[in-house]
Amino acid sequence: MSDLFQDYSEAAARSGAYDEMFAQGHIARKSYGQVSGALRELSLADVTARADSMARTFLDRGVTFDYAGEERPFPLDIVPRVIPADEWDVLERGVAQRVKALEAFLNDVYGRMAVVTDGVIPRQLVTTSAHFHRAVHGFEPSGGVRVHVSGIDVVRDAAGTFRVLEDNVRVPSGVSYVLENRRAMAKGLPEAFGQQHIRPVEEYPRRLLSALRKTAPAGVDDPTVVVLTPGVFNSAYFEHTLLAGLMGVELVEGRDLICRGNRVYMRTTAGEQRVDVIYKRIDDDFLDPLQFRSDSMLGCPGLVNAARAGGVTIANAVGNGVADDKLVYSYVPDLIRYYLHEEPIIANVDTFRLEEKEAREHVLDRLEELVVKPVDGSGGKGLVIGPDATKDELDALRKRVIADPRGWIAQPVLQLSTVPTLSGDKFGPRHVDLRPFAVNDGDDVWVLPGGLTRVALKEGSLIVNSSQGGGSKDTWVLADSPQLPAEIIPRQSVTVREQVSVWPVESNWRDRQTEQQQ
Amino acid sequence: MLSRIAESLFWIGRYVERADGTSRILDVHLERLNHLPLEEQRSVARELLAVMGAKPQGEEFGLPELLHALAYDKHSASSIAGSLGAARENARRARETVSQSLWESLNTTYYGLNQHRKDVVGTYRFCNWVLERTAMVRGLADTTVSHDESWLFMVLGRSLERADMTARMLSTRDVQSAGMSWVNMLRCAGAYESFIRTRRAAFGDQHAAEFLLLDRLFPRSIVYALRDADECLAKLDPSAQRVGFINDARRIVGQARTFLEFHRTDDLMSELPEHMERVQKAVTQASDAISRKYFNQADEHAWVGEVS
Repeated sequence: MSDLFQDYSEAAARSGAYDEMFAQGHIARKSYGQVSGALRELSLADVTARADSMARTFLDRGVTFDYAGEERPFPLDIVPRVIPADEWDVLERGVAQRVKALEAFLNDVYGRMAVVTDGVIPRQLVTTSAHFHRAVHGFEPSGGVRVHVSGIDVVRDAAGTFRVLEDNVRVPSGVSYVLENRRAMAKGLPEAFGQQHIRPVEEYPRRLLSALRKTAPAGVDDPTVVVLTPGVFNSAYFEHTLLAGLMGVELVEGRDLICRGNRVYMRTTAGEQRVDVIYKRIDDDFLDPLQFRSDSMLGCPGLVNAARAGGVTIANAVGNGVADDKLVYSYVPDLIRYYLHEEPIIANVDTFRLEEKEAREHVLDRLEELVVKPVDGSGGKGLVIGPDATKDELDALRKRVIADPRGWIAQPVLQLSTVPTLSGDKFGPRHVDLRPFAVNDGDDVWVLPGGLTRVALKEGSLIVNSSQGGGSKDTWVLADSPQLPAEIIPRQSVTVREQVSVWPVESNWRDRQTEQQQ
Repeated sequence: MLSRIAESLFWIGRYVERADGTSRILDVHLERLNHLPLEEQRSVARELLAVMGAKPQGEEFGLPELLHALAYDKHSASSIAGSLGAARENARRARETVSQSLWESLNTTYYGLNQHRKDVVGTYRFCNWVLERTAMVRGLADTTVSHDESWLFMVLGRSLERADMTARMLSTRDVQSAGMSWVNMLRCAGAYESFIRTRRAAFGDQHAAEFLLLDRLFPRSIVYALRDADECLAKLDPSAQRVGFINDARRIVGQARTFLEFHRTDDLMSELPEHMERVQKAVTQASDAISRKYFNQADEHAWVGEVS
C-alpha cells in the first residue's frame, strides 16, 4: 500500500474503534477491495488534485451550508464509506421497522393514547415533551401519514454492531449531500467504482414526490406539491432548492401562501392556485402564527386548521417532535414490541433516564465518563462529552441536570467506527456516523440505499455535525448479487429495415437532380 | 457577401455546436463506461464511436482510444479538439468579417485545448471547459455580430448541427441500453430541470425522448432546432413563392420538421431509431443543398481539408 496509509494502523489502534475499511492487521475488508485498489494506484499529488477539484465543483454548484453567515462548501472526503449488501439488509429492515413504530406511536399519541393506558410509557413522558403540540391533537392527517421523511442516525460501536443513536422525524436534512456526493465521486474517483454494482441514489426525488402525491387529501386528482422553505438565510436552503428542482415543484416561502376556507393557495402570476401537499422544511414553532409563535414571519396563518379540516397535507406532520424526543427514544424498543409485536432489529445505545433517581445519582457520580445530551437538541447543540469537558463545564452541567432532569439523557461514550479520511498529506482514521433516509408513502417504507455518512474531520473528535467541523463521505451500498460480467447479453442490433417504417418513402429529388445536372 | 466567407461562418456555427454536443455526450457516457467490465467497455466504445460517425482505427479500441477519438484527436472532424480547431481555422479565414471578440474567444479556446490531463478525470474537466467555452463563443456571436446575413449563416449552421447532435444523443441510448437512463439523457442535453417542470410527475423514457424530439419550447429539442434553421433559411431567401420552394434546403428541413411535429404515434420508442436516422440524413442533405445554393462549389466536401 502506498505511503498515504503510512502510520494508519497505529492511529487506528490508538483510537480503539472499529475500522470500516481495515480488519485486524491492516487488511482491507472484502467490501473495500475495489476502493483500496484504486487508492493504491494514486499518488499524493493525484489525491490532492482530485480532492481540490471536488471541492471546487461543490463551490461552483453551490453545494454549501451556512456557517456563521458565510457560505462554505460542505467538505466531501475522497474515500467513500462502503456497506456490504448483507449489513445493509439488516439496516434497511431495522430502519423501516423503527419508522413504522414511530408512525404508530404518533398516531396513538395524538389520538387515544392507548400506549399510556396500557402502561408502556408514562403519560408524563408525552405531556412534558416540548414538541407535544395539543393543537394537532385528535385528528388524523389527510393521507394518513405523519412521518413521510425520516432520518434515523445509526453508529457502529467498538464491537462493530450498528446501534441507533437518535431518530429524526421532524425535518431531517442532509439528503441533498447524498445526491451531490455521488455525482462528485463519480467524476472525482471513477476508478473506485470499478465493476462492482453500487446501488444508485438518484431515484430519491422521484420516490419522495410520489409519496407526497400519494398522501394528498382525498378527492384531489392531480395534487400540487410545494416545498415550504424558511428562506434563503436558512442553513439548509441549498437542500430545499435542490429537492424542489429535482421534483419539479415550486419552492415557496410563507408569504407566498394564503389560507382561506381551510384551503391553502399560492400566489402565482395566473392568480391563486390551490396547494394540496406542503413538504414543510421549517420548524413547527414557526409554521402557523395562529397556533404557535405569534411573531413568526416565516409561516402562514391558518395552516394547522387547514390540515385539521383535511384541506391540505403537511409533510412531515405537525407535532412529530414528540417522537424524536431523546427520552422517548429510550422507550422506542418497547414501542416496537408494543405496536409491531416484533423484536427491535437494531438496538439502541444504552441510555440513562435522568428522571429516575437511581440512574441520576449514578450518572452524576460519573459525569466525566459519559455523554450528556439535551432531549430536544439537534445538530449537536448543548451536548457535553464527559472525558473532553473541563471541571467547570461538568459542574455547570451538574446544576442544569439537577434543575431539569426531564431535559437530559446520558449515554456511555461510544467509540464510533472510523473510515480513512484525507487529512493533510495522508489518510488517518476519522469517526463517522450514518443517517439513512426513509420515505413513507403510507403503504410502504422505502429506505434510500446508503444515506449520509458524516465524518468528524479532527482526529479523535466524535462530533460529526457540519456546524462543528464535520464533513461527509459518499456512502456506497453494494448490490446483493454482483452483476455477472462474463455473460454479456447480445444486444439486438435493431436496424431501421427490420422495423415498421413510419416516415414517407424518401422522395428521389436528389437522384432526379443529379440526372438533370448530367 | 462572399460565398467563401458565408461558408466559413456556416461552419463556425456547425463546428462549435458539434464540440458542444460531443462533450455533452462524452461526459454522460464516460461515467457509465467506466463502470463496465473491460470486454463490454470495448464493444460499447466502438458502438459509441460509430454513433458519432467515425470509425475506429486499429484493432485495439478501448476507453483511452475512445477519449482520443472523441475528445483530443486534432485530425478528426468528429472530435472535440478537431471541431474547435476547424472552427478557429474557419474564423481565421473570415477574420475581417467576424468580430474581434468572437475571433479571440475561438483562438483562446484553440490554445487551451492542450492544457488538460487526458485521463478519465481530466476528460470530465475538459468536457466542462468545452461547454463553457462554446457557450461563450455563442454568446459573443449573438451579441457582437450584427444580425445580418453573416450571422444568419452562423445560426443556420448551429441549428442544423444542434438537431443532428440531439439526434445522435438520442441514438446513443441504444448503445448502452443497460445504463443510459432517461435522467442521463436529459442531463446530457441540459434539459433535466426544464423537463421536470413541464412534465411534473410523468417520468419515463418515452416522455424524455418525446421532450428532446418534439418539444416546441426547449431550445435543444430537434423540432425547435429545425424550426430555427427553417427561419434562418427563410430570412436568407425572402423571395415569396406562390407555390412550393425553389430552395432545396428549405424543403428538406421543412419536411423533416413538419413530419415530426405532426406525426402521431403510440410507440415512440420503437420508432426512435428511424426518426434519428432520418433527422441526421435530413441535416446532411440540407447542408449539401445549402452548399450548392450559396457556396457554389464543385466539391462539397472542401471543408474537410480545413481540418488541421
